[in-house]
Amino acid sequence: MTEPTPRLSPRDWASHPPSLSPAYASSVLRSPTRPLIPIAASLAELAQPVYGHDMIGALDHDLTRNAARNGAPLGERIIVAGRVLDDQGRPVPHTLIEVWQANAAGRYIHRIDQHDAPLDPNFLGAGRTLTDAQGRYRLLTIKPGAYPWGNHPNAWRPQHIHFSLFGAHLGSRLVTQMYFPGDPLLELDPIYNSAPAGARERMVAQFSIDLTQEGFALGYVFDIVLRGLQATPMEAAR
Amino acid sequence: MKQTPSQTVGPYFAYGLVPSQYGYELNSLWGSDIAEPGCAGVPVTLMGRVFDGQGEAVFDALVEIQQADAQGHHLHSLEQARTTGFRGFGRMGTGSREDRCFVFRTIKPGASADGHAPHLDVILTLRGLLNHLYTRIYFEEDSAQHARDPVLAQVPPERRATLMARPDATGVYRFDIHLQGPEETVFFDV
Repeated sequence: MTEPTPRLSPRDWASHPPSLSPAYASSVLRSPTRPLIPIAASLAELAQPVYGHDMIGALDHDLTRNAARNGAPLGERIIVAGRVLDDQGRPVPHTLIEVWQANAAGRYIHRIDQHDAPLDPNFLGAGRTLTDAQGRYRLLTIKPGAYPWGNHPNAWRPQHIHFSLFGAHLGSRLVTQMYFPGDPLLELDPIYNSAPAGARERMVAQFSIDLTQEGFALGYVFDIVLRGLQATPMEAAR
Repeated sequence: MKQTPSQTVGPYFAYGLVPSQYGYELNSLWGSDIAEPGCAGVPVTLMGRVFDGQGEAVFDALVEIQQADAQGHHLHSLEQARTTGFRGFGRMGTGSREDRCFVFRTIKPGASADGHAPHLDVILTLRGLLNHLYTRIYFEEDSAQHARDPVLAQVPPERRATLMARPDATGVYRFDIHLQGPEETVFFDV
């Protein structure tokens, strides 16, 4: 009997935003107008880029220290931790997570950010880590501030952290944003709301007193679910 | 379990994803050299721009390229990358040059065992794009192999030209990505 080729689960379009989401003005001229052409799983199953633990610096996961020059960054220290799983419920081990964010004042260090809020000499706002064998990760950072943008009058982005992941396959790549619970800007944000109701809530981290470290930092749990290989009869029998 | 929704990469990804390319004080995990000088294979320089629906070159796109080596094999380990000089993956932001071009230095990939013509897999993200896009770059001169390629077979013939890199007078392969318009690039649901 030949073993069936495992297939990557499809992108679940009920979970993802439509690429054209006119309330997010930049999407109008920057999203394709023709349907995507479905292609066979061989491309999806290509291995992800190759990397290893020794490419990640010892402080890369700690944004409160990885760019410190003469002190600690200003702002509220937070722990962000969780698991990376695939949509079959399996942990995704040893996978790369890259993050970037604004500082506590709502200013990105990127040179094209002209928002009139201070930069923090001790904060870059970028970090990365690998999940462990159980798909767990842990980052230490500063709670990012909200910031204004030009999408519509009096537009403010809710506090968020950008996340980039590859997962185990070329097709499991995910670029997303993590939001904070109770943020009043969420209901007004066209980027957050571009994702369907019932799905967008998965991008909101949960406050956790168990993850919170006494006298040090509040803890937020953010689990991330990527596309995974669908179980085949052979796998199910194991 | 349900997938986490995709969001735009936003305008400020550079210091997180390609920091050294933009002069930030953090090393990049990958740069635009997919193969180091001396790596086995035919050297290729690939250059292009990403255009929006008004024909404006996008200055805040991230182009990622993954490819097989000259024998058509994908990289399996970091050790292999270090001994061969073939990294198999590269990244470049279009805001790091005045002309908004991406430029990759690599080697021409071999055809794969399952009949795919030599190609580069591309992942494209940018401000304004809520779901990253996949496309492929083929090499114009491989037309005999294109006729047998299972992915190209699914692309309407009149749109296949959007997936072809062509050498210019200096031998640099040119490949522009058009998000919209009459030359809209073919994007795949991988």
